[in-house]
Amino acid sequence: MKTVLRLTICFLIICFTEVNCQSKMVSIKGGSYTPLYGRDSLQVTIEDFQMDVYPITNLEYLEFVIKNPKWQRSQVKKIFADGSYLREWKSDIVIGDSISLNAPITNVSWFAANAYCDCMGKRLPTIDEWEYAAMANETMPDARTLETYNEYILSWYEKPKTFNNEIGSTFKNYWNVYDLHGLVWEWTSDFNSVLVSGESRKDVDNDSNLFCGSGAIGATDLMNYAAFMRYAIRGSLKAKFTMKNLGFRCVKNSIK
Amino acid sequence: MINFKFYKKASTLLIVFAFVFSCTNKEKDSSDANHSANMTVKGTQMAELTAPPFVPASVGDRRAKKLIVNMEILEQEGTMTDGTTYMYWTFGGSVPGSFIRTRVGDEVEFTLSNHPDNKLPHNIDLHAVTGPGGGATSSFVAPGHEKKFNFKTLNPGLYVYHCATAPVGMHIANGMYGLILVEPEGGLPKVDKEYYVMQGDFYTKGDYGASGLQSFDMQKAVDEDADYVVFNGKVGSLTGDNAITANVGETVRLYVGNGGPNLVSSFHVIGEIFDKVMVEGGDFINENVQTTLVPAGGAAIVEFKVDVPGTFILVDHSIFRAFNKGALGMLKVEGEEDKNIYSGVVQEGIYHPEGGVIQDMPDSGKAKEAVSTSEKTLAQKMVTGKQIYMKTCFACHQAEGQGIPNAFPPLAKSDYLNADVDRAIGIVINGKTGEITVNGAKYNSVMTKQAISSEEIADVMTYIYNSWGNNKTNVTKMQVEQIKNAH
Repeated sequence: MKTVLRLTICFLIICFTEVNCQSKMVSIKGGSYTPLYGRDSLQVTIEDFQMDVYPITNLEYLEFVIKNPKWQRSQVKKIFADGSYLREWKSDIVIGDSISLNAPITNVSWFAANAYCDCMGKRLPTIDEWEYAAMANETMPDARTLETYNEYILSWYEKPKTFNNEIGSTFKNYWNVYDLHGLVWEWTSDFNSVLVSGESRKDVDNDSNLFCGSGAIGATDLMNYAAFMRYAIRGSLKAKFTMKNLGFRCVKNSIK
Repeated sequence: MINFKFYKKASTLLIVFAFVFSCTNKEKDSSDANHSANMTVKGTQMAELTAPPFVPASVGDRRAKKLIVNMEILEQEGTMTDGTTYMYWTFGGSVPGSFIRTRVGDEVEFTLSNHPDNKLPHNIDLHAVTGPGGGATSSFVAPGHEKKFNFKTLNPGLYVYHCATAPVGMHIANGMYGLILVEPEGGLPKVDKEYYVMQGDFYTKGDYGASGLQSFDMQKAVDEDADYVVFNGKVGSLTGDNAITANVGETVRLYVGNGGPNLVSSFHVIGEIFDKVMVEGGDFINENVQTTLVPAGGAAIVEFKVDVPGTFILVDHSIFRAFNKGALGMLKVEGEEDKNIYSGVVQEGIYHPEGGVIQDMPDSGKAKEAVSTSEKTLAQKMVTGKQIYMKTCFACHQAEGQGIPNAFPPLAKSDYLNADVDRAIGIVINGKTGEITVNGAKYNSVMTKQAISSEEIADVMTYIYNSWGNNKTNVTKMQVEQIKNAH
């Protein structure tokens, strides 16, 4: 009976949120920049695009799995998600009391995140898009050389259990996007395209570009240490992996 | 006929003997990596893993086995020193990580698990592994996942393991290192006590002793400007109640490692001489060594018999690290005294780690005494007192009188100091050994007597009493002379 009641409440909430079910997006003005692994001569050009203001929440994801049972915990194909997929949830369609509905969804695989964005008529951001949007602080589109910006990112590594904080609990950046740093890691569509083998000293030989970035000193060195972590975590992943500190958000192309 | 038979028997015997002999000869030579590679294993065993300062039981004469090692990576907040915490990244929940004990020829099945709550991917490079990256290429693991790989221990020795994920320096600086011992066939010779001691340097946003959760400081790490240099991951991990112990007559073996990331250790035990050092953890044995170098990412095995009771201090003899950055441990030895070896308590016989002040030449001393016929003002005393303090007292009691936890008591807001001015003056004149309680914490160390004039004592004591929240006593030269003469 209790479960039925809970389910009803769940559906009610979903009905209410249905109206806003397409989570809010903002425009990111394109441009070019030098990513961590690049050299000055290897600038990356980003087209204008739209990005979700917040990472996808538990509640939004719940709605998705109710509509798409094949992505429920007991239904999901093993090749698309590992054994920790939605592990913290109480059941297939009950999130559980200890988890905030407005906290970012985590423990989802790349396949699941990709399917979610697809379902919403969106897609996952590329590494370059994500990094481009995330190099902004509150006031500048590219704050990567600021010590405060990098310290903020590095300090997140020392804060335990941020995955259960609610969306919007970190800063709003130059593009009006929240939570790119300080909440959870986020999936990107081509997460495994920059190869970090795990033997980082070998990477020194393999990918001299990546090393060149890290070889810089002073302020840029700090910048690269903060960014290095993201490349390292991406390099450690496989598409079916899920992690307690890894969520996602979607983007879509701007209409021209 | 009989002769021939005998000859035949004897020759067979000789051949058999020679064969057996050559076999055992080969078996003994365990440093031969080729031979180790061909060693067969029999049976499976779960490896016993221990947190420092303890080590697992010796391999003894067990055969080479399949050894299962399960290591879990935990990113967790821990205490650096009283009032200061740090986000450590650990192998097995301790810094240094769990001690792994194997023997040559073992086939190690190594599982590295990265706790789901962790934020970062990690891996492990074991210096005992022969193979690309020392295992690092095969063990790169995301949070909430595990990786398994196998290796055979080919060379005996004491080896460092550490994380090798980018940025490598940061992973090591946060505590991701430990020791793996590969014993020769038959094990290392038996000793009475074995301990695990590993040095590491830490780089924090705040300076030494700054309170609260301190974050890692990348720039200081690059500059090799360490705030903490400690044994076993924190200040005081081997002092006071945490001291390692032995009894008179026992042989102590220390497995000493150095995780770095930057500094080389000049490992020394005050009041002991290492009877044996397995230099750099390898086969070469040096004898009668005072201080042995332990490179960053390297190790040494030291052995010594303890002949007399007392507290023996483990230090990095790059000595400011010991007294100002935390690289200090204690070995407490109990048992009967042996006056032949050490005569016992003679004040002047005690090791002076900080040397005290250099005595003035007699005539310059006289000149000073002559000048000061009348008592100085408080302001004058504060100026000279501070100079004397910075020259004489600062090294142990620190710039703000805060002392060093577990080693040197604080002078700032010190209940012990403020309770009895005459006693405090007496300590400066005569020195002090033995246990005292200051602001609720116990200290058991040595203060040497200070060879400074009565006037200088009055000035420095006045400076101390009028600083850092103390009771503002104005100590006079007369008062000091009275106490001096009373003894």
